[in-house]
Amino acid sequence: MNLQDIYLISPELGIGVVAALVIIVDLLVSNKKVLPIVTLVGLLIPLFFVIQIDIDAGSKTGFSGTFQVDDFAIFFKYLILGSTAVVVLSSTEYAKKFEGHQGEYYALILFSATGMMLLASAMELITLYVALELTALPSAALAAFIRERKSAESGIKFLVLSAVSSAVLLYGMVLVYGLTGSTHLSEIGSSITAYGLETSPALLFGIVLITAGFGFKISAVPFQMWAPDVYEGAPTPVTGFLSVASKAAGFAVILRVFYTSFGLDDANIDWANMIAVLSAVSMSVGNLIAIRQNNIKRMLAYSTVAQAGYLMVGLAAITALPGGDDNAGPIGVLFYLAGYAMTNLAAFSVVIAVSNIKNNDSIESFSGLAKGYPLIAVAMTLAMISLIGIPPTVGFMAKIYLFSAAMDTGLEWLAIVGVINSVISAYYYLRVVKVMFLSDPEYKMEKSKTSYGVGAVSAAVIAMVGTFVFGIYPAPILRIAHTAVESLIG
Amino acid sequence: MTEFSGLLTLAIFLPIVGAILIALFLNGKNARTLALITTLAELALTSYIFLLYDKEKGGYQLVDKFEGWIPFDTFRVDYFLGIDGLSAPLVLLTGILGIVAVFASWSVSVRMKEHFMWLLVLQGAVIGVFTSLDFFLFFLFWELELIPMFFLISIWGTGRKEYSAMKFIIFTILGSAFLLIGILSLYFSTNTFDMTLLPDKIAGANLIMPASVLFFLTIIGFAIKLPVFPFHTWLPDAHTDAPTAASVMLAGVLLKMGGYGMFRVSASMFPEQIVDYSWLLATLGLINILYGAAITIRQTDLKRLIAYSSVSHMGFVLLGIAAAKGGTAELGMNGAALQMFTHGTITGLLFLTVGFIYEKAHTRYIPDLGGLANRMPFLAAGLLVAGLASLGLPGTSGFVAEITIFMGSFPAWHWFAALAAIGVVLTAGYILWMIQRVMFGPQLLRHNNLSDASIPEMIPVAILVASILVVGIYPAVISDVFNTGLDPIVGEITSYAMGGK
Repeated sequence: MNLQDIYLISPELGIGVVAALVIIVDLLVSNKKVLPIVTLVGLLIPLFFVIQIDIDAGSKTGFSGTFQVDDFAIFFKYLILGSTAVVVLSSTEYAKKFEGHQGEYYALILFSATGMMLLASAMELITLYVALELTALPSAALAAFIRERKSAESGIKFLVLSAVSSAVLLYGMVLVYGLTGSTHLSEIGSSITAYGLETSPALLFGIVLITAGFGFKISAVPFQMWAPDVYEGAPTPVTGFLSVASKAAGFAVILRVFYTSFGLDDANIDWANMIAVLSAVSMSVGNLIAIRQNNIKRMLAYSTVAQAGYLMVGLAAITALPGGDDNAGPIGVLFYLAGYAMTNLAAFSVVIAVSNIKNNDSIESFSGLAKGYPLIAVAMTLAMISLIGIPPTVGFMAKIYLFSAAMDTGLEWLAIVGVINSVISAYYYLRVVKVMFLSDPEYKMEKSKTSYGVGAVSAAVIAMVGTFVFGIYPAPILRIAHTAVESLIG
Repeated sequence: MTEFSGLLTLAIFLPIVGAILIALFLNGKNARTLALITTLAELALTSYIFLLYDKEKGGYQLVDKFEGWIPFDTFRVDYFLGIDGLSAPLVLLTGILGIVAVFASWSVSVRMKEHFMWLLVLQGAVIGVFTSLDFFLFFLFWELELIPMFFLISIWGTGRKEYSAMKFIIFTILGSAFLLIGILSLYFSTNTFDMTLLPDKIAGANLIMPASVLFFLTIIGFAIKLPVFPFHTWLPDAHTDAPTAASVMLAGVLLKMGGYGMFRVSASMFPEQIVDYSWLLATLGLINILYGAAITIRQTDLKRLIAYSSVSHMGFVLLGIAAAKGGTAELGMNGAALQMFTHGTITGLLFLTVGFIYEKAHTRYIPDLGGLANRMPFLAAGLLVAGLASLGLPGTSGFVAEITIFMGSFPAWHWFAALAAIGVVLTAGYILWMIQRVMFGPQLLRHNNLSDASIPEMIPVAILVASILVVGIYPAVISDVFNTGLDPIVGEITSYAMGGK
């Protein structure tokens, strides 16, 4: 390890240090209200390092090629830092439920974020696996953070299923390593051609297992079973964190592995078709089951399954028709992830704000919200129509971009499945809007607006503004996604 | 190339800014006042735009264009607005109906702020649809109109309003889903979203799907909106349960978005397909006319009656477009375009008067009404004018549109046109019977206390009556403009229909 390596990993080190700092402050200070402030201010440190590396343009590798910081990794580091900050902000008031353990809560979120940022840079299978576990273990602890049965169940479920998926992933990695003799992603790619493994069934099996392992992280069908129970039982900010940051990191690592190791130039394996089928199934299953949910968190859980399906459209879109853009698929994934992060964080922040007052997660608890607190009702409405893909929201832009990538690669059928799914999803997303604007409040809301939680409401507003602004002018995000994907694929 | 005249941008964003101001600062009656001021300014602006359109020169005018709104070579979207002869009258129509809708909702007392806000957003979005010349932008506005309408129906509606609002939205996005696939396929075949270039580019392009598939993908979205049998089932529900202002906008301009799309996209980009499949359009048009009229006769709910009559009248638009097959496409299409404009004003007026009657009498059930002309002579006169125009009385705009459609479609579709004429008879039947049952005959005692229209209610009625009569007596004021817009489209179609076979 030399100075350059430390420089490259400085954001991750920074965020780890902040996590430790939060625990220390928690021990020393009795007023727990400072904790979110410390965390948020602390997040500026890793942000500073990421910006520093970003300005210092170009791809750099460290730790003997196991760790790479390029535009692609930096894109995800910004995304993860931003999502983490919004989640922390939104949990300011919710965290009171954790009684004496608020410090640990913030620290665990930061540790999990550290793992995600490492994931975005991992260029080698073992590093990748360690980073993945660093992401998952704090998440499991976070899911079990409330002392009640459902939360505990959620934590255990996440832990066990995550361990199973990790085992599957590891087995796949072992197969790939055994065949190619390397754990470095770029060497795996060249070995596949060098050893003529393109048609090897063992390699194919390894890829399938790796897909299954990652499929768990992004909650794609048929690996989505954990999502509804975990999402419902976990504290709401944690659910938001899992659904956004964790999913972003999952897609980062999928893109990295598949494009670097199993790129079409190297392996003549048509994994794109497999992903396309998983994508179609994920969106259909997620949307159809979401219709029947009455708990907003369960509904959003199935909605994230469906959203994972939309995102996988971009993964499947790899070879453009002549004259098209080969990078359109991955650019679409990055753009959609960024838009989805804003949208879903807006939705979850509103759910948190409402549960701060009502202590209830049923969709009915939103009745009459438009009268009680129009601002967050509007935020929720924008989030819902963004998830459907109706303008003026970033969800509309991102969805069209993704589907256009599918059209560009000759996957017309997948684009058609996608748009039809959007129609189905309108039904349950609009149901929330309907309840907020049409139903009368169940009981008079005598509490003042501040009891919704200043933090949660400001998080919702920040995410809402993002959803709206980038829905009108998406060019900035697209531009960044463009350079990011260029550094991934070249 | 950046051109900017600013008028169309202003026409789209004036109502939207008005809506934002209402959302942020105003409540109750102040919101209503600002909505009135905004729509009044919008009416002035759209009239100015209409007059400014130079029909001698033709083509696209008043262009606002910023290139590179989404600036990638592989996915390039421009902010591109402009009007031609086809869209100019429809922009004017939207301007007229916008202010009518505000007056129509003068007596709304529940959640006034939101009501006027959504009305304004709706108006801006519809103008956006009619003026966008970039296909992506067109689709954006096409979708943007959904949410205001959803709220308008589901909050201020009556009856099964939530069901109807949801049905409206699901049907429409189902249509837009196919439309989107069509738009994207066109983009990847021609590498442009520019609707002014697409007709030429499609002709020479190597399409990624067969042209007829693309034709159906795009037209299905418009067909649901128009609506064409068998996609019409959302319309009676949405219209019946919508509040008056929303019904006026829905029948007046939202249906026209479907017709406009058929001209702007189906006819102008796929001239060969529109000729080849004109048998289908003629058949569906005939079904719309006859089936719609037959169902209308047995309606007992006033609004439902008018809603079904819209289905029937929109069939004439289809029949007019189907004239593409013959040498008289010009007549047929002009008639169809004029029918869209006149139907907007006529049905707007029908819904308006019926809405006022409902507000006063608290029932729309025809057998419970009767003899209202004694109590409300002004509204009776308004309903009568609208009804007579609807059945195509000479001197009203309805006559001009329908006679042109018949003249245009007869040479191509003898039997269809002849059968469609039965629709006119049926229309006369249900309209006159309805007016007789509602306005004349013995007056019920419980209606003794009903009063006639108030001043704010008279204004929109007067506006619409005036526009019906003006267009009826001197149709050239609208149809000449439509003609300039349709000329290039019709030229392509006729040359294919005459020489192609």
